[in-house]
Amino acid sequence: MSDVKKFMYLNRRAPYGTIYAWESLEVVLIGAAFDQEVSLMFVDDGVFQLVKGSDTSELDMKNFTPTYRTLGDYGVRHMYVDKASLEARGLTQDDLVEVAWEDWETEEEVDNIVEIVDSEQIAKLLAESDVVFSF
Amino acid sequence: MGTINVNGKELEVDEEGYLANINDWEPAVAEVMAKEDGLELTDEHWDIINFLRDYYEEYQIAPAVRVLTKAVGKKLGKDKGNSKYLYGLFPYGPGKQACRYAGLPKPTGCV
Repeated sequence: MSDVKKFMYLNRRAPYGTIYAWESLEVVLIGAAFDQEVSLMFVDDGVFQLVKGSDTSELDMKNFTPTYRTLGDYGVRHMYVDKASLEARGLTQDDLVEVAWEDWETEEEVDNIVEIVDSEQIAKLLAESDVVFSF
Repeated sequence: MGTINVNGKELEVDEEGYLANINDWEPAVAEVMAKEDGLELTDEHWDIINFLRDYYEEYQIAPAVRVLTKAVGKKLGKDKGNSKYLYGLFPYGPGKQACRYAGLPKPTGCV
């Protein structure tokens, strides 16, 4: 691949109530077919997208929280979560889904690609991205 | 919206023949759909259909065909995790056709 770009999907909103989170997820699922380097970032209320055990039965919206767990299979290599946003909402990494990643050819494995990062790292990661999609 | 008749029940399907309501699914749905396509379902077909239903149960989406191929290879063996084998079973495309038989929506990103 001669021209691999770094794509960053920046998610800032709560998962349900608006369509942003689901739309972002769909774009990631579709975009993963194009063999780019895809990372996701969750800040502000976006961190709620990864909280496990959500129940949407009274919302009339599909519960897509389990869908994040397959993103490793779609080639997503990194999922970053803002430390300050998490702490401000009384959450820790234990509250978040785990997403495994495996290289099917080399069998290299990562148990969990969800990573907590601070604001300095976030600034750096965004600066390093070729394309940032904000949802 | 149309319907298909399965065991005397009229089940709603969308314009491409996918079940409108995933909860309407029963194994007979796959049999009826396959028959319309002139296909006899074997154990090998059922391995893939059941795999897709398990995948949907766990992740709430129908997998892209690339993901399906890799995941089948991992779960059912490398000899089955390739497009030649899967297209042999489902000539209209393992993603589209097998998902339809399994009662799942069309895979995201599948045109």
